[in-house]
Amino acid sequence: MDMLAGKVKKTSLNVDSAMNPTDVLERPIRLTARDVTVHYGAKQALHGISIDIPDRAVTAFIGPSGCGKSTFLRCINRMNDTIEGAKVGGTIKLDGEDIYAPALDVVELRARIGMVFQKPNPFPKSIYDNVAYGPRIHGLARNKADLDEIVVSSLRKAGLFEEVKDRLQEPGTGLSGGQQQRLCIARAIAVGPEVILMDEPCSALDPIATAVIEELIDELRENYTIVIVTHSMQQAARVSQRTAFFHLGNLIEQGPTEDIFTNPVNKQTQDYIMGRIG
Amino acid sequence: MNALVVAGVLIVLLGISYQTGWSKSRNLVTADGVKVHSRPQYHGSFTAIWAMIPALVILLLWAWFGGGITHNYTVSQIPQDILVSLDQAGLNGALIRINALASGYGVAGETAPWEQAAGDAVRSFNFLTFAGTLILAVVAGGAGLFYARSQINARLRARNSVERVVNVLLLACSAVAILTTVGIVASLVTEALRFFTFINPIDFFFGTVWAPNNAGGDNHGSYGLLPLLSGTLMITAIAMIVAVPVGLLSAIYLSQYAPKSFRAVAKPLIEILAGIPTIVFGFFALVTVGPFLRDFGNAIGLQISATSALTAGIVMGIMIIPFVSSLSDDIMNQVPRTLRDGAYGLGATQSETIRNVLLPAALPGIVGAFLLAVSRAIGETMIVVLAAGNAPILRGSPFEPVSTITVSIVNQLTGDTDFTGPQSLVGFALGLTLFVVTLCLNIFALYIVRRFREQYE
Ligand SMILES: Nc1ncnc2c1ncn2[C@@H]1O[C@H](COP(=O)(O)OP(=O)(O)OP(=O)(O)O)[C@@H](O)[C@H]1O
Ligand SMILES: [Mg+2]
Repeated sequence: MDMLAGKVKKTSLNVDSAMNPTDVLERPIRLTARDVTVHYGAKQALHGISIDIPDRAVTAFIGPSGCGKSTFLRCINRMNDTIEGAKVGGTIKLDGEDIYAPALDVVELRARIGMVFQKPNPFPKSIYDNVAYGPRIHGLARNKADLDEIVVSSLRKAGLFEEVKDRLQEPGTGLSGGQQQRLCIARAIAVGPEVILMDEPCSALDPIATAVIEELIDELRENYTIVIVTHSMQQAARVSQRTAFFHLGNLIEQGPTEDIFTNPVNKQTQDYIMGRIG
Repeated sequence: MNALVVAGVLIVLLGISYQTGWSKSRNLVTADGVKVHSRPQYHGSFTAIWAMIPALVILLLWAWFGGGITHNYTVSQIPQDILVSLDQAGLNGALIRINALASGYGVAGETAPWEQAAGDAVRSFNFLTFAGTLILAVVAGGAGLFYARSQINARLRARNSVERVVNVLLLACSAVAILTTVGIVASLVTEALRFFTFINPIDFFFGTVWAPNNAGGDNHGSYGLLPLLSGTLMITAIAMIVAVPVGLLSAIYLSQYAPKSFRAVAKPLIEILAGIPTIVFGFFALVTVGPFLRDFGNAIGLQISATSALTAGIVMGIMIIPFVSSLSDDIMNQVPRTLRDGAYGLGATQSETIRNVLLPAALPGIVGAFLLAVSRAIGETMIVVLAAGNAPILRGSPFEPVSTITVSIVNQLTGDTDFTGPQSLVGFALGLTLFVVTLCLNIFALYIVRRFREQYE
C-alpha cells in the first residue's frame, strides 16, 4: 500500500514539471517531421504532419480513434514499411538525418527507435529470452554474464524484475496483461534505444499497473526521448511535457501540455478535451 | 421410383409440419402479446422434428427388416414340390427369376406357370407392403405433428429442444466416423489374426525375404515384411527430403515475401498440383524422371535404375509439396501480426523474424502439415507401382528397384482371391502394419507438438 502511495505521489509530480514548459522547449530537438503524409492504398490517412519532438521529454499524441496517431507513430520507426500498400511522403529526420533516405539501414533505425505496442505482444519464449532477444540479434552482449546483466537491468528499469526474478525461464506469455506490457517495455529498453515510441501502452491495464508504467515513463524520460499515444487525457496531462492533438489525419494543435489542457487555441482541441468529440 | 416417392412424401411432410408449427407460433404472438420463449422458426423446426422422427423410424425399420420378410414371402410362393427339388444355387436362381418377373423386367427363356404366378404374387406383395409402410410412416409422422402442435405455447422451450436435437445429430455424425474407423480396424485385426494362423508372426515381422507362393498348395512361400517396410520408409524419406524444404520455403516465400498479386496466382497453381491424379505422376515418373535419373547417373558414374526408390521418392515428393506448402502457408498467415511487429520493432530483419518468431509460433501447425504429407506418402500406391520397380528385395541403396507395402497389397489382392489362404490374407496383415506405422507417426508428432507447447506457452 505504501509502495502504491509512493507511486501516485511521484506521478503527480509530473504535472509540476509540465508546468514548466519552457524547460522542454529549450531542449535540443531529436525528431523533426515535415509534411508527413501516409496513404493506405487509395485512402489518405495523414495529411501533412509537421512536428518537432524534443530530447529527454515525453510527447503525447491525443485524438479520437482512427485519427492517425498510430499511423504517425509507425512512420517514426518505419514500421509502416511492413504494411503492404502503405506509402509515406514528406520528411522525418532523427538528429538531422533523413530516416527515409534510401541509404539508411532500417533495421538499425528500429534498434535506435524502440516501440511498445498497444497490445502486449511478448514472444512465445521465456521471460529471459524475450528480453535477451534484441541484445542477441544486435550482438550487444559479449558473453553470457553481459547478457544477464542487460536482461536484469532492463527488467529492473521496467519495474518487473522483483516480480519475475524467480521465474525467468518461464514463458513470457504466462504473465498477466500488465506484466506482459512491462515485459515488452523491458524488451524495448534492452536494445538501448534513443527514442521510445509507446502506442497506448496502458490501454489494457488496471489503474495500479498503469501507475507503475507512468512512473516508469517518468523515470525513462531522464535518458530517453519518449513519444506516447494515449486516449486518457489525465494520462497525457500526468506524464507528458508536450501534447499534440490529431483529428482526421491532421495535426490540429501542438504545444506544451499545460497550455493544451488549460488554454487550447483551437475549437476542435477544446471540444475534444472537454469530451465533445471522439 | 420408390425412393423418389418416399423422398417426395418426406419433403411434403417436412414442409407441412414446419409450416404448421411456424404459423401456430405466429398466432401466439399476435393473440395475447405475451413474451414467447422461442421464435417461430424454432417452433417450426420443433414440429418438423416431431413429425419426421416417427416417419423416419418406421421407414428405417422397414429398410432393415423388409428384405427378410419379402424373401420369406417369395420363398413361400414357390410350390412345395418344386422347392424340395431345388438346391441352394437353384433356389437363388429361382428367386432371381421371380423377382425379375415381379419387377416387370422379364426373364430369359420360357417362364413356368408357377414362376409367373409367384412373380405376380410377389409384385402385389411388394406394392402392398410399400404402400403400407409409407402410409404407416405418414400416419406416425402426422401423429407426431399433432402432438407437437398441441404442445406449442408461449412457454414451450422449442429453441432448447431444437438445440438438443442438433446436438444429438452432431454426435451421431461423429459416431459414424468413429464407428467406421473402429470397424475397419477390427476387421483388419481379425483377418490379420487369421493370416497369422498360417504364418508365424515372427517370420512375418522380422522376415527378410518376400516371396509368396501364389500358386497355392501346401508351400505358402515366405512373407517377410522387412523388404517392403524398408522400401516404404525409404521412398517416404526421399519424398519428405524433397517436399519439406521445397514446400516450407515456398510457403515462407508466399506468406512473407511475395507481393499479394503474385500470391493470388501462385497459391492456386500450387494447389492444382494436389489435384493431379497420382497415376499421372506415376506416368511422369516412368517416362521422364526415371530415364533422366538413369542418364544423369551414367554421366556422373553412378548406377541408377530407371525405376528405383529414388525415382518414386522424388516424384512422390513433388506430389506432396502442395500439402506441405499450402497448409504451412495458411498456418503462418494465422500467426498474429503483432508478434511479427514485435520483432521488427526491435530491429530484427525479415529472415530473423521468420526464424525466431514466425516459425516457432507456427511449428505445431507445420508439424501437422508434415504429418499429413507423410501419411499421404506412406499410403501412396500408384506412383510406386509404376516407378519403384516392384522388386521386394531388402536393399540399402535408393538407386535400385524396391517395392512397398501398398504395392504388395495390390499384388496379393488382384486377380482371384478367396481369402482362405495366406496369399490373400497377408493383405490384411500388411494393411494393419501400414495403419500402425501411420498411427505411430501421428503419436510421435503429437508428442513433438506437446513438448514444444510446454516450452513456450
Ligand atoms: N493497415 C491499414 N490499412 C488500411 N488502412 C489503415 C491501416 N491502418 C490504419 N488505417 C486507417 O488509417 C486511419 C488511421 O488509423 P490509426 O490506426 O493511425 O488510428 P489511431 O489514431 O491510432 O486510432 P486508435 O486510437 O483507434 O488506435 C484509420 O482511418 C484507419 O482505418
Ligand atoms: Mg492506434
